[in-house]
Amino acid sequence: MDGGTPAFDVARIRQDFPILSQKVRGKDLVFLDSGASAQKPRQVIGAMTRMMETSYANVHRGAYHLSEAATEAYESARRAVAGFLNAATEREVVFTNSSTAAINLVAHSYGRGVLRPGDAVLVSEMEHHANFVPWLMLRDAHGIELRIARVTDDGELDLDDLEAKLRDGKVRLAAITHMSNVLGTVTPAERIARLVHAHGAKLLLDGSQAAVHRRVDVQALDCDFYVFTGHKLYGPTGIGVLWARMELLEQMPPFMGGGDMIEEVTLEGYRTAPVPAKFEAGTPPIIEAVGLHAAIDYVQAIGMASIEAHERRLVDHAMRKLSAVEGLRLLGNAQDRGGVFAVSLPNAHSHDLATLLDRVGIAVRSGRHCAEPLHTRFEIESTCRASFGLYTTEGEIDYLAEALGKAREFFG
Amino acid sequence: MFDDLRDLYQEVILDHGRKPRNFRRLDDADREGRGDNPMCGDRMELWVKLAPDGRLDDIAFQGKGCAISMASASLMTETVRGKTPEEAKELSDKFRALATTGTCPECGGALADDMERLQVLGGVSEFPSRVKCATLAWHTLNAALDNSGKEASSE
Repeated sequence: MDGGTPAFDVARIRQDFPILSQKVRGKDLVFLDSGASAQKPRQVIGAMTRMMETSYANVHRGAYHLSEAATEAYESARRAVAGFLNAATEREVVFTNSSTAAINLVAHSYGRGVLRPGDAVLVSEMEHHANFVPWLMLRDAHGIELRIARVTDDGELDLDDLEAKLRDGKVRLAAITHMSNVLGTVTPAERIARLVHAHGAKLLLDGSQAAVHRRVDVQALDCDFYVFTGHKLYGPTGIGVLWARMELLEQMPPFMGGGDMIEEVTLEGYRTAPVPAKFEAGTPPIIEAVGLHAAIDYVQAIGMASIEAHERRLVDHAMRKLSAVEGLRLLGNAQDRGGVFAVSLPNAHSHDLATLLDRVGIAVRSGRHCAEPLHTRFEIESTCRASFGLYTTEGEIDYLAEALGKAREFFG
Repeated sequence: MFDDLRDLYQEVILDHGRKPRNFRRLDDADREGRGDNPMCGDRMELWVKLAPDGRLDDIAFQGKGCAISMASASLMTETVRGKTPEEAKELSDKFRALATTGTCPECGGALADDMERLQVLGGVSEFPSRVKCATLAWHTLNAALDNSGKEASSE
C-alpha cells in the first residue's frame, strides 16, 4: 500500500481509453507521447457528445432554456477548475484556448498594462517556447528586459542564479515552468514563490505538465498566476486555463475585445465586464469546457494522490530500465521528476529512432519538443521523448527499453 | 525487431548517413543555398561551383540531420556532379516524385541510371512524416540554382 491512497488498477483504467486497444502496424499501441497530448477517456468523450446532443447553445446570451443549460454547464466547469486548483473563488478562473493562449494573455495584458519599459521579466532555460517566445515578443515590443535563470547539469533550476537575477529588484514578474516538458524536473514552486516575492516580483507558474501529474493548490503554492491546458489532462484540445489572483485580474486591462467582455458599448467607447468575463471575448470553448470538467472529474475520482503514486513507480522503474540501456543518454537527473524522459543514442538521430520505435508500435516524440534553448544548453541537437500518462504500464517501459537496446544495434 | 525497416534503412543509406560524401564547404562557390526543416531542426548549407559551360563542376554541403536527410544529400551531390542545371532540376522533380509515391513513372527515360541509384531512398514514401527529410537536399539545390537568396524549406 502506498500511504493510504486508494488502489490503482491500471488495467481497468486502460479500458476507459478506447484508443489504447488499437493496433499500430500490427503491434499493440504503446503510447508514450502523453506529454505532447494525452488520450481521452470515454467519460470525456461521452460528456462532450451528451452536451452537443442535449444541451448545446451559446452561453451568457439567450433567455431560453438551452442557453441557460449551456451557461450552467460552462460555469459549472469553471467551478470544477477552481476546485481542482483550490482557487479562492471561481471568478479567478479564466478560460482560454490553451496554456499558450493563457501565457500570451498575461504577456499582453499584464505585460503591457502593468509592466513598464525597463522592468525585467525572469524565465528559465527550461521553458517551453510557449513560456519564452511571448516574453521575447514583449521585450521587443515593449522594452522590458528578459532575464534567464540557468539550469544545472542535473536539470534542476539553479536557485542561486535565480536569486542573483532577482536581487536588484528590477524583476517584476518571474514566469517559470512547474515541470519541464523535456527534463521531467518538477521545480520547487513554493521556494521559488518565496524567493520571487521576497524581491517584490510576481510568479507565474506554467503548469501544462505539472497539473496532470500532481495535486495543484495555488494557495499553498502561493503563486500569482497559474496556467494549464485541457488536452494534456485527458480533456479536449481548445481549452486552457489562466488562474490569477483576483486583485491582479482586476488590475489588468482586457486582452482581446469583442462580445461578452463588455458591460456597455456606445459609438464613443466601451466599459469592460467584470472578471473573468473581461478576459473571455467572443464565444468561448463551451463544449471543450464541458470536456475539461469531465476530465477533472475523471482524474479526481481516481485521485491525484493515486495518480502521483502510480507515476512515481513508473519513473523509478524507467530510471532503472533506461539507465541499463548501453550508450543511452538521458537528459536531466533531477531529484524530483515526473514521467518525461528525453533520450538519445549515439549514431541515431532522434527522427530515425522515432521511426524505428513507431515500427514496433511505440509512439514517442522526436525533435526539440518546443524547447530549443534547453537543447542548446545541453549541447544536443534533438532527442526522443517518452512521456507517461496515468494509463502507462511498467510493461510498456520494459518494451521501450528493449526496443532502444535493439535500435542501438541497428544503427551500430 | 526492426527487420522490416531494412527497406527504408538500406546499408547504402546507413553508410552515407554515417559518412556523407562531399561534406565540406566550397569557398569559391558560384551558387549557394540554405535549407531548413523546422519540424526536425535539420539544417543544410549547399555550395555549387559551375564549370565554364554551365555544368555543376563541384557540389558540397554541410549540415545536421537524420540519416535519411544526410544520406539523401550525400547521394544527391554524387548524382548531380557534371550535370547541367536543367538536368539537375529534372532529377530533382523525379526524385520528389519517387520520394512521395515510391515509384517514378518516367524514370526509364533520360537520366535512368541516375534515378536507379536514387531508388534506395524510395522506401521513404511509406513514411509520410519522413518524406521531407529525403527531399530537403533537393529543395536546397533548387534554391541554390535559382540563386533566389531565399531559404529553402521542406515544410
